[in-house]
Amino acid sequence: MHWNSVSEFFAMGGYALYVWGSFGATALALAVEMWLIHRRRLQTLRTLRQDLATGGAAP
Amino acid sequence: MNNRIANWFRFASPQNFYPLAGRMWPLFATLSAVLCAAGLWLSFFVAPTDAQQGEGYRIIFVHVPASWLSMFIYLVMAAWAGLGLILNTRLSGMMASALAPTGALFAFLSLWTGALWGKPMWGAWWVWDARLTSELILLFLYLGFMALQAAIDDPRRADKAGAVLALVGVVNVPIIYFSVKWWNTLHQGASVSLTRSPSMAATMLVGMLVMALAFWMYAIAATLARVRCIILERERHTDWVKHALE
Repeated sequence: MHWNSVSEFFAMGGYALYVWGSFGATALALAVEMWLIHRRRLQTLRTLRQDLATGGAAP
Repeated sequence: MNNRIANWFRFASPQNFYPLAGRMWPLFATLSAVLCAAGLWLSFFVAPTDAQQGEGYRIIFVHVPASWLSMFIYLVMAAWAGLGLILNTRLSGMMASALAPTGALFAFLSLWTGALWGKPMWGAWWVWDARLTSELILLFLYLGFMALQAAIDDPRRADKAGAVLALVGVVNVPIIYFSVKWWNTLHQGASVSLTRSPSMAATMLVGMLVMALAFWMYAIAATLARVRCIILERERHTDWVKHALE
């Protein structure tokens, strides 16, 4: 363990913007992708169920 | 004749792959979460401070894995696309389409984290250097593949057009990989930070590998979850999808 305090950890030896900008952007990007895939699944299922309910209107 | 091989080919059909992917993606997602937790712990609490770059070097733990994955996913995507072109199997094209957005995301993250690393170390967010430029071209190849597929209405034709683009673009991957050797570049070579001292090399390397494994498992989970949507969309007129929805 080479951090003496929580604030020292977040300061990242003066590189806070760069280190947290990298890890934060990565975490955010992966979270957004997971959310997009989840939303796409719900939308697909909803559309397909509607098609099915209307008697498969699409050819 | 050979039952085991016949069983594997069964999963080449979207109908059989759909439930298999549904069972597998949570597994890979869980694995990724566990590896990610371990990787982050190694990155921030085990790996020591770098002698030259201080704490700033810790960007390596997302930058290198993201870059590796962006190249690796492209190769896998091109392989699926090529397979689809040769064998004309439906699932191959769907897999290639499912891989592209995740690959593009990792290519973007590679450039983003690279910029955030370049600024404090080189004094510039971006330089037109061989490594950076070829990685940017990789991102454009992913985006081009996705745009081309989106522009063609018939999915089977979209697969074929995309496959040609993906296969031509493969030439860029070795260029990225060897760019630091072939050209005089600002970007550091692959092993620069690993050869300083044996003990540091070990924990840094292990942290990087664990994070790469976590990203890899994540990419598999995301691709499998996405290909399930693509299968449903493309097979929506088949009886099995109608039965699956009921």
